[in-house]
Amino acid sequence: MRIRSIATMGSVAVIAFVLIQSPARAQSALPLAATTIPSTQLIQPEELKAILNSTRPAQPLILQVGSRVMFDQAHIPTSEYAGSGSREDGLDVLRDRVKTLAKSRFILLYCGCCPWNRCPNVGSAYKTLSDLGFTNVKVLYIADNFGSDWVSKGYPVAH
Amino acid sequence: MFLTLVLQARAQTSGTQSLVGRRAPEFVRRDLTGHNLDLARLHGKVVLLNFWATWCAPCQIEMPMFARWQEQYGPQQLAVIGISMDDDSEPVRRMIHAQRIVYPIAMGDATLGQRYGGVLGLPLTFLIDRNGIVRAKFQGETDPGKIETSLRNLLDSH
Repeated sequence: MRIRSIATMGSVAVIAFVLIQSPARAQSALPLAATTIPSTQLIQPEELKAILNSTRPAQPLILQVGSRVMFDQAHIPTSEYAGSGSREDGLDVLRDRVKTLAKSRFILLYCGCCPWNRCPNVGSAYKTLSDLGFTNVKVLYIADNFGSDWVSKGYPVAH
Repeated sequence: MFLTLVLQARAQTSGTQSLVGRRAPEFVRRDLTGHNLDLARLHGKVVLLNFWATWCAPCQIEMPMFARWQEQYGPQQLAVIGISMDDDSEPVRRMIHAQRIVYPIAMGDATLGQRYGGVLGLPLTFLIDRNGIVRAKFQGETDPGKIETSLRNLLDSH
């Protein structure tokens, strides 16, 4: 009896492993950690502030991919809400927003819901744009949260 | 008075503290079980007001702990309230059912967030004394021992 139950448990474990490893699961693995984003694609808050203050013609399309409730409280001027990156329906909003853009368009993603290594949104959003072929995507590095690392520093905010 | 000063000083270390020492903004919400959640009706109790969301990993660690505190300190008139900053309530219902959270949970929005100084990072927890004054604010991942020490100090003061 004991051997049979161990064998059954083993079978369940194998099935679970196969399901986790299946291509369908891997494609929609949500959420992806922010730490999966290459460090070369990160931009610091002070750098973005400088870009916003500059007169350079190629301003980025800034997309907030976190919480709508937080976006409604405060967001970076000119930014748009583009769905939660931790949800498949949120990523659909992002895909729809960029579908007519040139793949070389400068796109900047940000969230700021949580400490960087806990953010469930930016990693999946970045991967989605990369998979779509966008070549100039940056992600705003927010160490703790949008309130502490952007609003409290006096950087520009829209409500 | 001394206790108040200590709690305020401790809270000052955790970031913007514009609400600490001031009356907690009142609100009335319908919680997810359909009951009215009226902060004004909780005067006389110590309130732990926690802003959270289903996608916030540190929040998931705190909530079972808050549920235990509600049970442990309820007889000393603690009232734990959760305000979800999710965009819709369905994942919230699933999570509180899965985690067996029994304290009141209501949905938040931008208006309520702004009244509390801007809820622009989670988790965010306020401790409100028996007179409705905000005595501490904890932003982000916080040592649970710090929150509990402040909470017990408030519960012990009358």
